[in-house]
Amino acid sequence: MRIAPYKIANRTLVTLLALVFLFPLVWTVLTSFTPGSEIINRSNPLAIRSPTLDNYAAAWDAVPFLLYYGNTVVIVVGILAAQLFTITLAAYAFARLNFIGQGFMFILFLVQIMIPPDVLIFPNYVVIKELGLLDTKLAIMLPYWASAFGVFLLRQTFKQIPYELDEASRVDGCKWWQTLWHVYLPSARPTYVAFGLISVSTHWNNFMWPLIVTNSVESRPLTVGIAIFAQTFETGVQWGTVTAATMLVILPLLVAFLVFQRQFVESFMHSGLK
Amino acid sequence: MAHPVSDRIRGASWRRINWRKQAFAYALLLPSLIFLTLFTYYPTLKTIRYSFLSSGFGAKTFVGFDQYARVLQNDVFLKVMKNNLFLLVMTVPTSLLLAMYVAVWVNNRMKGNGFLRTAFFYPNVIPMIAIANIWLFIYTPDYGLIDKALELVGVTGPNWLGDPGVVMWAMVIMIVWKEVGFFMVFYLAGLQNLPGEIREAAILDGARPLQLFARITFPLLMPTTLFCLVIATTNSFRLVDHLYIMTKGGPDNASNLLLYHIYENAFSFWDTGAAAVLTVVLLVILLSVSIFNYAYLDKRIHY
Repeated sequence: MRIAPYKIANRTLVTLLALVFLFPLVWTVLTSFTPGSEIINRSNPLAIRSPTLDNYAAAWDAVPFLLYYGNTVVIVVGILAAQLFTITLAAYAFARLNFIGQGFMFILFLVQIMIPPDVLIFPNYVVIKELGLLDTKLAIMLPYWASAFGVFLLRQTFKQIPYELDEASRVDGCKWWQTLWHVYLPSARPTYVAFGLISVSTHWNNFMWPLIVTNSVESRPLTVGIAIFAQTFETGVQWGTVTAATMLVILPLLVAFLVFQRQFVESFMHSGLK
Repeated sequence: MAHPVSDRIRGASWRRINWRKQAFAYALLLPSLIFLTLFTYYPTLKTIRYSFLSSGFGAKTFVGFDQYARVLQNDVFLKVMKNNLFLLVMTVPTSLLLAMYVAVWVNNRMKGNGFLRTAFFYPNVIPMIAIANIWLFIYTPDYGLIDKALELVGVTGPNWLGDPGVVMWAMVIMIVWKEVGFFMVFYLAGLQNLPGEIREAAILDGARPLQLFARITFPLLMPTTLFCLVIATTNSFRLVDHLYIMTKGGPDNASNLLLYHIYENAFSFWDTGAAAVLTVVLLVILLSVSIFNYAYLDKRIHY
């Protein structure tokens, strides 16, 4: 079989582009294993003469990583758990119940998609202050406990579940929450996985909001911790340490992404479908 | 995203309304509504009120539109808006076109396509703050990755982040690098939903590859393009984390963006009045984009 030349040319171009896109990561990984003295003097930015783990040791000593990992995990899980609860109930109402003001409620939920909480950093800081929650992990979580995006995503899925299943389970004597648990939740699993992956990656990476509402090591997530750490370095000698610390921040999600690659990509694809 | 509900309440005459069912529906919405009220509706209204009050976190006096005049006529504000516009115009078409091009060529089941998709998508699972750390080193004068590479060919690079005329270009490159993979995913979804018959018919009619793309694939991907356009536009106003690490909006506000400027005003200058006015400006922009999307695009893109 002959492959058309234009196909070969385009394939090559896309492959080259992919390598360019990968380069920053490859370079970061290599730099994190390079001794500080070599980084400044080398002329080839990819050469390592004597690879070392010193940068990781130094980063681990300088930043309370275990505490930050713990904080980030608590925040991410706390947000997701609350979201799953709120979006399931609201999605069920929008998908399967008829009520007065449904259209208006729908638009009211839509407002959160138009005005996401992260652009309301200033007024939301005032709200958190009024609630007396400054510098707590709860302050980081609360604004995201409602998710209109999740509600709409799940509503679409719930609507596709045959209504007969719902009725049948009621005839069998199921309460509404039993129907939800036994009929809707299992059928909507792919949507829950998609929403979960998007939620976790969004909030693992969130920075501005936690920066504003936290002020202590005890409540800070990884992103804020690493930013404050990186601020203290200006010169090239410490690049090794900063890149190592950066690797420690991105590694968990990057590894999860490489392992669950298909689910990740499909989740994001799924979220854009109408 | 979903469409507004078209299903009306069927045959709802007041007498037959089942009030228990109504209450039940609202009880299910209540948990969401509590947090939407606390962190979306209430703060939005609060911002509008604050934009007419004098600054400070303590007692305030009513100053009316004077504050709008003060903030919106400020040179820094004009600069910030110009930067946002520049970012929008430079990154959105570039990312979308690149994303579409890449998606077309990694769409089939060829060997190595999984790897290529990963190479384009991975910047989206890395925190913006980590991206900023990495690109700060890429752009560092003399020792950075780019300047080292330029040194090999005997060229001296500009001061990427220190030169007011260059810094926005440096940001544009980084943002495009981050966004291409994100939109590639939506184009992949779009390509998989294309009806195959039209393509095959065109091939049978002897359409050349470029014709095929221009006449069939590109127009059929229009809904995806418009969807991505809205997200990309919104994103260009939301992505600001990197400024905290890379430039703090400098030099001389040359890379400052609206949301970062809000952050500065509220939490560095303690000018809450200005922060409120600027937030209102951002809300107006975002709402305009959304209204354009729902009122205009949503009606046009269904074929």
